[in-house]
Amino acid sequence: MDTYYDPLDLPKFSEIGKDAPELARKFFDYYGAVFAEGELTEREKALIALAVAHAIQCPYCIDAYTSACLEKGSNTAEMTEAIHVVTAIRGGASLVHGLQMRKVADKMSL
Amino acid sequence: MPLEPACIENTATELTFGEILDQQGLNLKRGKTATLQINTGFLCNQACRHCHLEAGPLRTEVMDRQTMEAVISHAQKVKYEIIDITGGAPEMVPDIDFLMESLRPLCGKLLFRSNLTALFECDRNDLLELMKKLKVSIISSFPSTNEGQTASQRGKGVFANCLIMLKKLNRNGYGKEGSGLELNLVANPSGAFLPVSQCSAEKQFKRDLARKWDITFNNLYTFANMPLGRFKSWLLSSGNYDQYMKKLRDNFNPETIDGLMCRSLISVGWDGTIYDCDFNQAAALFLGGSKQHVADFTAPPPEGTPIAIGDHCFACTAGAGFT
Repeated sequence: MDTYYDPLDLPKFSEIGKDAPELARKFFDYYGAVFAEGELTEREKALIALAVAHAIQCPYCIDAYTSACLEKGSNTAEMTEAIHVVTAIRGGASLVHGLQMRKVADKMSL
Repeated sequence: MPLEPACIENTATELTFGEILDQQGLNLKRGKTATLQINTGFLCNQACRHCHLEAGPLRTEVMDRQTMEAVISHAQKVKYEIIDITGGAPEMVPDIDFLMESLRPLCGKLLFRSNLTALFECDRNDLLELMKKLKVSIISSFPSTNEGQTASQRGKGVFANCLIMLKKLNRNGYGKEGSGLELNLVANPSGAFLPVSQCSAEKQFKRDLARKWDITFNNLYTFANMPLGRFKSWLLSSGNYDQYMKKLRDNFNPETIDGLMCRSLISVGWDGTIYDCDFNQAAALFLGGSKQHVADFTAPPPEGTPIAIGDHCFACTAGAGFT
């Protein structure tokens, strides 16, 4: 194996249940329920998942939810905007911590 | 962490469509034939990348008057509920108005499949007036409300021309509540992925088209792209073929079988040859296994007659299916 990530692992996800089937079943049932149409549409949930996939930088999720978004009717312009939302939040989260830096620096400074 | 769709047990990628039917105890046989589909030829003003017939501006195969007369004569003998005119771009076929006028009294509903741009570019106002007069239902290709997705499938400039034509159709009463002039849209995915759910896509298209361009229509149909013709060539050259076929197989839905359109229609090619459906025409699979001409075709095959199948049939049985 020359990489930690193999695209062919994605369809084998269910094999994670081999030594703990009950836990896997509970997880997958929950997972399925989360992504079913509810107050949010399946399309909206797939866009959220795609954005989160980029936040956590999971290549399996990016692969799966790129397909899912297209198949739920999103286009690449919407998908790109969703990634920018994540980028803004991630960037903003770093930047807002700068206020702590400023407070500490102000306290220490003449 | 993502979840892949549940696969059919023992569905290896090498299983053929016929083997999967056998494995699941299913068979594909004709029901009552209610629809006559007429493919008027492969001449088209566009060369869409998903076209299973590889239609385009350089194609010369077009239905001639003699074949049209044979089709009309057949339709006079067999009273079809629906007659469905397709192409290519039927707008570009000489005598298309003769064909429409002759067929209209012979069926309950006459459908005309338009890519919208041919109607726009050919400036066939007369044809539009005739369709209005005959109350022909128009089915238009409109893959996406996103210009980029439409361009990737159908070419640059197509999106804008489609919008102009849809507005014109609306002005003529098509797609308007209570007008009796039906305008339906068809959306194919712009790539190697499955179509959007018809119900949610219709809501989204209606909302987007009304809000952005003040366009209305009746129904939206979503279909998977056929792994045939130009789309198959693209799948192979882009390295998507195996993955796409696996996706279609993994999403095989036995519940689609009863409602498949090939069970209730026959398709006549531009040269008069009979097929079970338009896709079998692209795959050169003749109805009944041998070449028959519409002039010698007295009646539709009886119920229970087997339908010619190939692996392209997976596109009609994936997910909600092609019904």
